[in-house]
Amino acid sequence: MSGLFRGRTWWKRSELKKSYDVVIIGGGGHGMGTAYYLAKNFGITNVAVLEKNYIGAGGTGRNTTIIRSNYRTPEGIRFYERSMELFRGLSQELDINMMLSKLGHFTLAHTDSSVRVQRERGETNRLLGVDSKLIGREEIADLCPELNMSMDVAYPIQAALYHPPGSVLRHDAVVWGYATGAYHKGVHIHQGVEVTGIRKDASGKCIGVDTSEGPIDAGVVVSAVAGWTTQVCDMAGVRTPITNHPLQAFVTEPVKPMLHKILVSANLHVYVSQTDRGEFLIGSEIEPYTTYNLRSTFSFVQHSVANALDLVPQLARLKMMRQWTGYCDMTPDYSPIMGETGVENFYLDAGWGTWGFKATAVCGETMAQMAATGKTPELIAPFRLSRFADEQMVPEKAAASVSH
Amino acid sequence: MSHFYIRCPNCGPRACSEFSYNGEVRPLADPAASEAAEIDRLWLRRNANGLQRERWFHAAGCRRFVTITRDTRTNIIVAQPGEPAGDVATHA
Repeated sequence: MSGLFRGRTWWKRSELKKSYDVVIIGGGGHGMGTAYYLAKNFGITNVAVLEKNYIGAGGTGRNTTIIRSNYRTPEGIRFYERSMELFRGLSQELDINMMLSKLGHFTLAHTDSSVRVQRERGETNRLLGVDSKLIGREEIADLCPELNMSMDVAYPIQAALYHPPGSVLRHDAVVWGYATGAYHKGVHIHQGVEVTGIRKDASGKCIGVDTSEGPIDAGVVVSAVAGWTTQVCDMAGVRTPITNHPLQAFVTEPVKPMLHKILVSANLHVYVSQTDRGEFLIGSEIEPYTTYNLRSTFSFVQHSVANALDLVPQLARLKMMRQWTGYCDMTPDYSPIMGETGVENFYLDAGWGTWGFKATAVCGETMAQMAATGKTPELIAPFRLSRFADEQMVPEKAAASVSH
Repeated sequence: MSHFYIRCPNCGPRACSEFSYNGEVRPLADPAASEAAEIDRLWLRRNANGLQRERWFHAAGCRRFVTITRDTRTNIIVAQPGEPAGDVATHA
């Protein structure tokens, strides 16, 4: 009984050493996941995670917590499906309740071309064993009676890609779970330590980092900094096609459970879900211009509220509680950039745009393998940085973004 | 969309939501360039955290392209169309 109320040690401040086997830049879900799987799968515990802010300050704490694997390309589907597998066992494994709720995910199609894309996704999904199919208006109304199926709106719902395993979970619990797991296996977590340079030897090999607390030697450096990828890559002399765009979201006041599906509308550029606390979480598409400014805007609220009300008019009288913005490090093909960079021992986990949270678990696993073995895992090989030069893009715009 | 005004040479100061973003200024194609240089030109971006020279298209107006300098940290435009670009690094 006393165990029920025992205090839990999350992570503590460690002394910053002069040298580590692996230095991970970025203490978000991806960085912490990488540290955890390095310790768990490879027994490598001489690892430091350097975070210039606090744990989970970036995209990890700003996303809309949806996980799903109904992507468009076989490369994407396999990758995100592995993440789903890992997420399902994570609460047990890390002993923290991530409150994974398997709600089911609708990608609504309001135009002929959108129906065609959703059908293609559904077929590719099923070929690869992912539960996902195109359903018509009757089935939509049956599964989700809260949806406005009226024909008297600008874009009536025509069909939907239905993905029953689509879930939401507590994003903070994911990064805290990984951080705690990694810490108790011996990983050092350093908050408030900013990387100011990537150190290379005469042959151009990466040998460590310069930080606000002094230089650190490292056998391998992994950059998992999403919105700050350009800045870290500039230090290493690596160039990428990434551009930073803002993405905003907001939540309403909490009400009783009412909406039991995750709704995404490709044509209305909006997604709506109800959290376990009862708040309606509404997000939108990225804004078209690049910025490093995190100010939220009224025009976003205006347009996403209008579109959300087209889908679920019952929300009209809810009050909005808070609004926030995050960085999206967008890539031209809407797939991530992972693995080798051309600089030996400097690996990249970047290009997470609007699809980073659902990949947290598989990124941790594959980047740990990359850092431990120096070989590119098969799952992330299609996402290599050199794919742009080789014209081997992995086109996921239709599945990774709201705007298509 | 964040709110700032772009001074269109034809239409005067207009909300940025009337324009579509055309990206950072990039070098023009050089027929003599190597394939590697051309690939870099096509794909790689500076993604500046600070002053950036960039192109906008007045899509919901006179449909003219304009070039401005914007501080991406604040979204303040420091050089409106036609004004001197200022001390901005570009690959162009």
